[in-house]
Amino acid sequence: MRYGYSDEQEQFRAIVARFLRERSPMSEVRRQMDSADGYDRALWQQLASDLGLTGVHVPEGCGGQGFGYVELGIALEEMGQALLCAPYFASSVLATEVLLNVATEAEQQALLPTLVSGERVATLAWVEAGGQWDVAATALTVHGQGDACRLDGHKKFVLDGHHADLLLVVARTRGSVGDAGLGVFAVEAHATGLERRQLATIDRTRRQAELRFTDTPARRLGTSESAALKLRQSLDRATIALACEMVGGARALLDSAVEYAKLRMQFGRPIGSFQAIKHKCAEMLLEVELAASAARYAAAAIDEQDAEVPALASLAKAMASDAYMRAATECIQIHGGIGFTWDEDTHLWFKRAKSSQVMLGDATHHRERYLALTEAAA
Amino acid sequence: MSVQDEATVRAEVRAWLQAHWDMNRSLVAWRSLLADSGWGMPHWPREWYGRSLPIALLPAVEEEFEACGAVGVARIGIRLLAAATLLEHGSDAHKSRFLKRILTGEDTWCQLFSEPGSGSDLAGATTRADADGEDWVVNGQKLWTTSAHHAQWGLLLARTDWDAPKHSGMSYFIIDMTQAGVEVQPLKQMNGHASFNQVFFTDARIPAENRVGNSGDGWKIAMTTLAHERRNADALRRWGHASPHAGPIYDEERAEIATVMEPYKWYPQRAGRIDMIVPRARETGRLADPAVRQDIAHLLMLSRSAEWLAHRARHAKISGKPEGPEGSLGKLVASHVARAASHVHTLLSGADAMLAGADSPHDGLIAEILLSVPATSIAGGTDEIQRNIIGERVLDLPREPRMDTGPFRDVPRNPTRGR
Repeated sequence: MRYGYSDEQEQFRAIVARFLRERSPMSEVRRQMDSADGYDRALWQQLASDLGLTGVHVPEGCGGQGFGYVELGIALEEMGQALLCAPYFASSVLATEVLLNVATEAEQQALLPTLVSGERVATLAWVEAGGQWDVAATALTVHGQGDACRLDGHKKFVLDGHHADLLLVVARTRGSVGDAGLGVFAVEAHATGLERRQLATIDRTRRQAELRFTDTPARRLGTSESAALKLRQSLDRATIALACEMVGGARALLDSAVEYAKLRMQFGRPIGSFQAIKHKCAEMLLEVELAASAARYAAAAIDEQDAEVPALASLAKAMASDAYMRAATECIQIHGGIGFTWDEDTHLWFKRAKSSQVMLGDATHHRERYLALTEAAA
Repeated sequence: MSVQDEATVRAEVRAWLQAHWDMNRSLVAWRSLLADSGWGMPHWPREWYGRSLPIALLPAVEEEFEACGAVGVARIGIRLLAAATLLEHGSDAHKSRFLKRILTGEDTWCQLFSEPGSGSDLAGATTRADADGEDWVVNGQKLWTTSAHHAQWGLLLARTDWDAPKHSGMSYFIIDMTQAGVEVQPLKQMNGHASFNQVFFTDARIPAENRVGNSGDGWKIAMTTLAHERRNADALRRWGHASPHAGPIYDEERAEIATVMEPYKWYPQRAGRIDMIVPRARETGRLADPAVRQDIAHLLMLSRSAEWLAHRARHAKISGKPEGPEGSLGKLVASHVARAASHVHTLLSGADAMLAGADSPHDGLIAEILLSVPATSIAGGTDEIQRNIIGERVLDLPREPRMDTGPFRDVPRNPTRGR
């Protein structure tokens, strides 16, 4: 259903929201964002064992809940709203998505259950130093066959790459170009010739790493000659999932701005009674609801196997990028000076918004892509 | 509603149409029969030209009409706002005098609310109605009055008590538009069309029985009329197309539709003509320009997201969920879409955007888009009023302190414009 939720889905949202309210209040977010790895392994375990959120859309055969992307989107909206510090997007979205699309059934059976149980964390390493959001730009090379592959090169902007137990690395065979020769390779955290460095990121609630591979042992996943198509499909789905998370974050900023506008007194009246502030809030609401409409429509389109999913991913991400960043900017503005302070929470969402704005491609990238895909379909 | 109910209603209406539909009658004669049967407005009350059927059954009835090609009652135009208002607030005398002639299409109506001095602040109306014996005497000016030039009757909001606060000093009247004290002039718009009128009242008279509700109820009743305005917009979309059949009764209906729709012929252009964007980009060659592509994609995304937002609002309504914010945002987002579309049409047309009439691309259509879009963010509630409504009713933000709460006589207002 692209325009509304069933009662069961609303209940699911309420359960996730309550869990996050109780286990990940802002005091906890602040504690975790100052920790070394940026998340709390105990909370991650609870997320997996108490609610099964680590396997929302993973088939039951692999230990998951067997729900669809609408439910995944609901969970992500709530996590974005709560600014959850967890490797959820890295492990349960990106890596899981690639395993579901690229890996063989046997590989899925071997790898997914430990991710779903929360025992292990995985991530996808695909972007490199130039920050190009296209698998065809991959330069890292692979040589060797099957279980005895070796990787050489580097990856950057790898979400939770500094602590993930399992790294799924996109590499190309030597001499290949473009979409040809691309594959996904599993690398264990303790592999030889793997150097990991946590990057200094403005968003401390979602960490990133730089990885260097020097003759690093790896296993090829899947059987196809080139994984480009399946990777793109995975990334489209992850992009829609990210848009859902961003909508949740934008909503948190809107709520915070509106709440503050009701309380803050200046010139003898609440600032929310001034049209300059009131109208800003109305426009924020409109942008958030438009972005929500797009992200939810796109998530439902994945479940319905709509051929338009690639274009919808770009649409949802562009709308979410603009809405989230605008909400963050205006939320700080409405808070005034206090909004620029470290102790006030707004900047934490601002930083997530900034990071999410460019991650998986910014609005400019996705507008161009949307039009190109729409033209091709016409 | 069960399936059986719908099947029964379908069978009933089909039987009635089989017995009575006759395309050789005159439009008024046929509609008179139809109105009396209750099948013309089946959701209206049984005692007033309806059958008290749930509104959800209307589509089924309409399908039966379409299936046999039967013409319906007059369903578009301001007359339907009048009918809805009279059904709710009119006396039995009003209903028996006016409703049937509305349904047969014999009478045309207009709505006399907006004034030069009160647009967004509709309750600031200064057109006055003063008691004179049994009659009321009206003086003042209204504008943005669709159809006033061919209306028999007007729905008039006029001030009857200057010492009461603004909202409670107004009364609601039915005024005879054909009398000497009513002068109607076309109002020419910036896009060259004259879809609306201004109406001047100079000692125009209203008999006592043509007041609707009590003195001072005018604002409340006007709100009913305005609530039906949106539904009327839906009706225009649904019923504003002439049927394809041949025959005199269809010709009469076509002429009526043409008259009612005439003021609205530029409305698709006012909304920005999104449908023309990609074809225009192709034919102008601008589809290759990366900067223009950004703006096109932005517009298309905005427009589709707005559609989905509207679907969400409808879905919530149908499934009986509490009303979310979706429903209040449609008007505002339509302004954003129209403005973005106007901007893109300008980019696509380049120098041709300077041209008008037959020199403008597509025989003036592009110029009409560029010069009609500014109406979108004003008509039917300005963007600023929409943002106030969203801020106060959806987000529950505090209201602006008011300067107009005392007796209306003392409220600062615009000077009355001379003619």
